[in-house]
Amino acid sequence: MSSFWSIWISVISLGTILGCYLILRWCLLNKTGVEEGDDMHHSFDGIIEINNPLPKWWTIMFYMTIIWGILYLILYPGLGNWKGLLGWKSSNQNVQSLQESKDAVLQSREEAKTALFGLGGVGVEYDRELQKAEERFAPIFNKYAEQPIEVLANDEEALKIGQRLFMQNCSQCHGSDARGQRGFPNLTDNDWLYGGTPEKIVETLVNGRTANMAAWLPSFGEKGVEEVVAYTLSLSGRQVDEDLKQAGKARFAVCSACHGPDGKGNQALGAPNLTDNIWLYGGSRDVVTETVNYGRAGVMPSFKNTLGEKKIHLVATYVYSLSKDK
Amino acid sequence: MSVASQVHPEYNYKVVRQFAIMTVVWGIVGMTVGVFIAAQLYWPALNFDIPYLTFSRLRPLHTNAVIFAFGGCALFATSYYVVQRTSQARIFSDKLAAFTFWGWQAVIVSAAITLPLGLTSTKEYAELEWPIDILIALVWVAYIITFFGTIVVRKVSHIYVANWFFGAFMLTVAVLHIGNSMAIPVSFFKSYSIYAGAVDAMMQWWYGHNAVGFFLTAGFLGMMYYFVPKQAGRPVYSYRLSVVHFWALSALYIWAGPHHLHYTALPDWTQSLGMVMSVILFVPSWGGMINGIMTLSGAWHKLRTDPILRFLIVSLSFYGMSTFEGPMMAIKTVNALSHYTDWTIGHVHSGALGWVAMVSIGSIYHLIPVLFNKPAMYSIKWINVHFWLATIGVVLYIVAMWMSGVLQGLMWRAVNPDGTLTYSFVESLQASMPFYFVRFVGGLFVVAGMLLMAYNVYKTIRTPNEEFSNAPENSPQPQAA
Repeated sequence: MSSFWSIWISVISLGTILGCYLILRWCLLNKTGVEEGDDMHHSFDGIIEINNPLPKWWTIMFYMTIIWGILYLILYPGLGNWKGLLGWKSSNQNVQSLQESKDAVLQSREEAKTALFGLGGVGVEYDRELQKAEERFAPIFNKYAEQPIEVLANDEEALKIGQRLFMQNCSQCHGSDARGQRGFPNLTDNDWLYGGTPEKIVETLVNGRTANMAAWLPSFGEKGVEEVVAYTLSLSGRQVDEDLKQAGKARFAVCSACHGPDGKGNQALGAPNLTDNIWLYGGSRDVVTETVNYGRAGVMPSFKNTLGEKKIHLVATYVYSLSKDK
Repeated sequence: MSVASQVHPEYNYKVVRQFAIMTVVWGIVGMTVGVFIAAQLYWPALNFDIPYLTFSRLRPLHTNAVIFAFGGCALFATSYYVVQRTSQARIFSDKLAAFTFWGWQAVIVSAAITLPLGLTSTKEYAELEWPIDILIALVWVAYIITFFGTIVVRKVSHIYVANWFFGAFMLTVAVLHIGNSMAIPVSFFKSYSIYAGAVDAMMQWWYGHNAVGFFLTAGFLGMMYYFVPKQAGRPVYSYRLSVVHFWALSALYIWAGPHHLHYTALPDWTQSLGMVMSVILFVPSWGGMINGIMTLSGAWHKLRTDPILRFLIVSLSFYGMSTFEGPMMAIKTVNALSHYTDWTIGHVHSGALGWVAMVSIGSIYHLIPVLFNKPAMYSIKWINVHFWLATIGVVLYIVAMWMSGVLQGLMWRAVNPDGTLTYSFVESLQASMPFYFVRFVGGLFVVAGMLLMAYNVYKTIRTPNEEFSNAPENSPQPQAA
């Protein structure tokens, strides 16, 4: 902020505290012109006021809070641009990206060293808490990171940690029971969009996934979509109109580029298997028509920066364990 | 000396009577809605899948009704009464006073219609949409003119301390309301705040906390400074204490808002200032409590026989408790535990039910016989029953919310040995359920007391003076001794 605003804030806030102090002092001096303990010589609707002294313990408490307040404002930020002797900050405000945040963390650690006249201040609270957590929890995750997922999948403790991480980071979309919901895959069956090996699960978590099914209404037309939908539904054994199905089969050549000639999908592209009667967005004729008409764009975010690879290792273990015996 | 003298022909009691009666009516309405939404938290099916009855729409109705309808009417009634009697002058303008009554009732009725319809500006305690905001501003300016006009034409040389507090409350609420409600209308029922982001949040809580500081504290301290010495028949304890605590309280409260936004996007310096001022504020707040309670020195025995005085003094105890609790919760370290939990709800209600409602109820019990020219309230015994219903209700409520709040705070921050959170949110919610039931029961007690009050007020007004010896306890009101 500009120095004008900084001075403005300092003056009015210190002025408020000073004002409280002055009125307290003034009242302690008894300038009322009335003896202590006498009434004030005026009456309002029969109510009179006594000129009793201020309670001593109360006055002391007032001084103490004022002194504490001023000390706090010397040690911590509060008076405009004054940063406080301790160099304390709650977080690095105004950072716009993860990189900026990391740079700011390093910079404020340097700054903290010279704070409080070179004695070393407290620095950024958020950063300190993260460091403390890292010291406490890192050894646990390091220990698990050394073991392969297939082995960890039989380790009760590892699975518990993985499940907790899942509950806090994944259940919002995939559900508390990991059975997914419309648009978010069920992770407890053995139907995988991108592959269910430990390596593939880790890859999905680290990099995220972006699925893209094109919209076919413009090129197929309504009739064409109806045909292709009929054929698609027939792949999982549904009863459909034979003529539509045959016409759709011819059109399916385009679809097979991703979903394969037999409609069994392609995990390299994340193209779903259309023959197993498991539907990501719903299997009713209407919903499948909507999917073909307008396409789909499913996104699974990358957790590399939020969880880190060692925690991902345990989340992957948990997800892997859900369907490994199915 | 303690007797409020009989109807003075010079004073305008009509507007005071109107506001006093509506205080009781809106108290019952606002608190009943509160009990209903408390029940919804325990039995969620109670919204019956009707949008107008959902918690989200009724909660602002509850807060607006108890703060502005119940509390507001109590403030209008007492300030008009006190300013006339302590200035020994009739109210400045009968017409303006009548306008404030009907205007304020129009505001309340509009709120009761628009809030369940989902029309809201989404600002807490300032949910009403812009046409109602303009009406509020007009009524408020009329209120200020009426009140200060009466001070100007007063027939005594000094201005009594109660009027300092009423005046500070009125002026500051005008500034707060107009400042925070600045918005650009897009239609008759929808507007958007002119502030954005962290500035909007800061404006909102500058308003929000001073709604507490000036509407719910300064105004009610004004009430306290008249009705406590009057009912106790004792002089005000210390004139100088009232000077210090008035100026310090007014100067410090206006800074306290940022403590609602600790650990948010609000700049660190703003948070620090809010916290420092909130902590210092503790001392002048207690100044008011000390001055009120010490006013009773030499008259403690009256508490045994006078339930009205009991209401007033217990309200001051709750005031002292909340104003210790508040600054403590404003300290960042404490706030890290208490924020967003039911502890806040408990704190608010120890202030709202314990302090604001009890001091208002005591004052209204004092006022009704004077305003309607009756020897006393119809039944003192019922006032005593009301006192115990209110006290038990408040204690059940706040103890339940303290326990629930601390439990939530501890559950939310508990971590497993691997650093993951021990509990999910829904587990903490489940743990709070028994306390939600207790809170509901506490609310029932409070509303039952208000219903008894309404009946007592009705009987007082309707019973002819000569039949007052037939009142249940057959004894004159202690204050009339």
